[in-house]
Amino acid sequence: MTSTDNGIATGKALTVTLEDVSFSYGEASFRFNTEFAAGRIAAIMGPSGSGKSTLLNLIAGFERPDTGKVLIGGIDLGNVPPSARPVSMVFQENNLFAHLTVEANVGLGRSPSLKLGDADRAAVAEALARVGLAGKEKRLPRELSGGERQRVALARVLLRARPVLLLDEPFASLGPALREDMLDLLAGIHAERKMTVLFVTHQPEDARRIGQDVAFLDEGRIAATGPADDFFDRSGPDAFRRYIGDRGGTVAGSQHIARKRT
Amino acid sequence: MQPRPDSRVTAGVIALAAIAGLIGGAFAGLMLEGAQDLSGAYAAFDGYLFRVARFTLWQALLSTLLSVAPALLVARALSRHRAFPGRRLILQLFAVPLALPAIVAALGILALYGRAGYFAGVFAGRGGGEWPGIYGLSGILVAHVFFNLPLATLLFLEALGTIPADQWRLASQLGMGARPAFRLIEWPVLRAALPGVAGLVFMLCITSFTIVLTLGGGPAATTLEVAIYQALRFDFDPARAVVLTLLQIALTFVVVAALTRLGANTVGDANLPVAPRRYLSAGRIESLLNAGLIALALLFVAGPMVATVVSGLQADLGRLAGEEAVRRATLTSAGLALLAALLSVSLSLALIAARRALALHRRAGSAMSLLEHAADTGAGFVLVVPPIVLGAGWFLALRSITDVFAVAPVMVVTVNAVMAMPFAIRAIRPAYDAASERHERLCLALGVAGWSRLSLIDWPSLRRPLATGFAFAMALSLGDLGVIALFGSDSVQTLPYLLLARMGSYRTADAAGLALLLGLVCLMLVVAADWLGREAKA
Repeated sequence: MTSTDNGIATGKALTVTLEDVSFSYGEASFRFNTEFAAGRIAAIMGPSGSGKSTLLNLIAGFERPDTGKVLIGGIDLGNVPPSARPVSMVFQENNLFAHLTVEANVGLGRSPSLKLGDADRAAVAEALARVGLAGKEKRLPRELSGGERQRVALARVLLRARPVLLLDEPFASLGPALREDMLDLLAGIHAERKMTVLFVTHQPEDARRIGQDVAFLDEGRIAATGPADDFFDRSGPDAFRRYIGDRGGTVAGSQHIARKRT
Repeated sequence: MQPRPDSRVTAGVIALAAIAGLIGGAFAGLMLEGAQDLSGAYAAFDGYLFRVARFTLWQALLSTLLSVAPALLVARALSRHRAFPGRRLILQLFAVPLALPAIVAALGILALYGRAGYFAGVFAGRGGGEWPGIYGLSGILVAHVFFNLPLATLLFLEALGTIPADQWRLASQLGMGARPAFRLIEWPVLRAALPGVAGLVFMLCITSFTIVLTLGGGPAATTLEVAIYQALRFDFDPARAVVLTLLQIALTFVVVAALTRLGANTVGDANLPVAPRRYLSAGRIESLLNAGLIALALLFVAGPMVATVVSGLQADLGRLAGEEAVRRATLTSAGLALLAALLSVSLSLALIAARRALALHRRAGSAMSLLEHAADTGAGFVLVVPPIVLGAGWFLALRSITDVFAVAPVMVVTVNAVMAMPFAIRAIRPAYDAASERHERLCLALGVAGWSRLSLIDWPSLRRPLATGFAFAMALSLGDLGVIALFGSDSVQTLPYLLLARMGSYRTADAAGLALLLGLVCLMLVVAADWLGREAKA
């Protein structure tokens, strides 16, 4: 199996643990104490301002906890800078540098100084092919559609091969059909790589389609966690059912069909 | 949170230290000199000093009045008539004095209204007897108005452009005439802009050196800055220079403090306003009055420019280009301006990046650290300490250690670089902050940092704004006759210095030819800067 340059083996999925983490940002304060199981896709849901992005930023290292620890695979990440963490992150937008080609944008995942050998270029091409962008190496981001840009970001995730993948509403600006395609692509990548995926979304359909677990955040805390199936049952937590409205119960029947591909 | 030491912060600290060193060194030189000769310093508080100080304030006040009051009317006239042939051209012409070196303008004004100027015959015929030329207060005022009337006009026009179109629609629906429309719609906006614009012009006039040096005549028409220069270069009276310098600093400090209070735009660059559709048409009499006003302002501003070109073309340009001294001065000017622009842009970028990095490290809601404040406003200090003052301080500090004329290149490059920083920062900072907004987390996540980040990520998105800042800084430095007036010598001459020397030895045709060359180069640089900036925004 390959390993990233910080020596963390990527072959094995890793748990993500937040141990009594507290964090404050201006007026808002957050408190997280939870664990995300290795190799599973967790959908992170909750109202705006409930701390979904903050949770991801803490794990990625963009923010540091005031107190408590963030552990991945049992190792305390302390002051490890974002790029040295066993983590890749995909944002809603600005995942690509607008002036660099698709190939260079993906290649940055292999070498941050963009020194790419032939083997690296081949790996980039392979990753691009996997996300359905074969032959678009020389394009600039502005020549791509919104969906294609996020595919490029996923190709870079493939190349970096980190055991944890964080996605912060990555498909929020895409239309419904495109979003489903992207979710399936993500599920496919997960099936191959078995990384631990944390996936922030506002859409219950997204969570139902690929989410195996759900973590529901409310007012800076994790209000409920559990398998996705339980959440979308009528027995799901009340706060969560209020958040997603009536749809939770009524469409529950379709979830098994929708999730079959995972 | 324990931020990792960010190389950008380090670079910013170095840049700040360099600026502080430059200013601090000048002050140290002044203090040491003053302390060595306290009695001399006391003796320098004489009638001459107070006359100079009074004249400095008096000419600045008059210049401000004569620039700002007509500018109000011209701006209103231009804003009332949104579409007439040549309007755009007039606005562009009004932007030219911003780019023109002061010494070029001074020469153009002399070519027009001087003793041997194109108008001398006209004036002499009317007054009877020989036209004495416009040296002294009148010359200084004409030159200051030439620079500041167009600047103030553009700034007022920008202010008028902020009036919402709905107000004009309403005014036309209510049938408002010119007078109530001015009182109710235009005047409130103009009055809000007035203190800032007037303050800026006052500031520019109080620190004006080249104009007063070339057009002022004798002890009766001397300002503090020119007196500092004379005390150092001619009388060699260091104690007097120290007192003059301290007075100048106190004066500018008070003005800048007052300006900051008023929220003035102390950098003073103006955008060419775009014309929105207007709903109120002017009546016939008003149109005629406005046309007359605009034509007068146009003649006044275009006159010296035309004179510069015409008298420049009459010079023996071929011989000038072949002259050894001219070639050397051109090369020296180009080299020093390039270095100054490079240094200016580097220092600016370091401060901008450090400010951004510090703002990112800072928790939301917490107060700015002292360092962030310094990175934010550090370049503003330069405005309080005019180049002549910096030069004078270093001149005094260095004269006991080394040959002051040998360090001329270093002084010109550093002082001009720092002097151009407020402009460079204006050009670069918005682009840097926007690029950082897009790229910051991605770079962190991928570990793109240091040199890779600079070359792969920052350079491509900042290339154009950096070029804008560079071209502007270079134009400023090329045209500057401040530090070089103090430190220049036969061995180190820049074009403005050579120009001054030719003027001094009454080789007027040579001076006119050099002025044309210098003016054209500076103009081209500023046009390039503007164009690069525009493309960057698109």
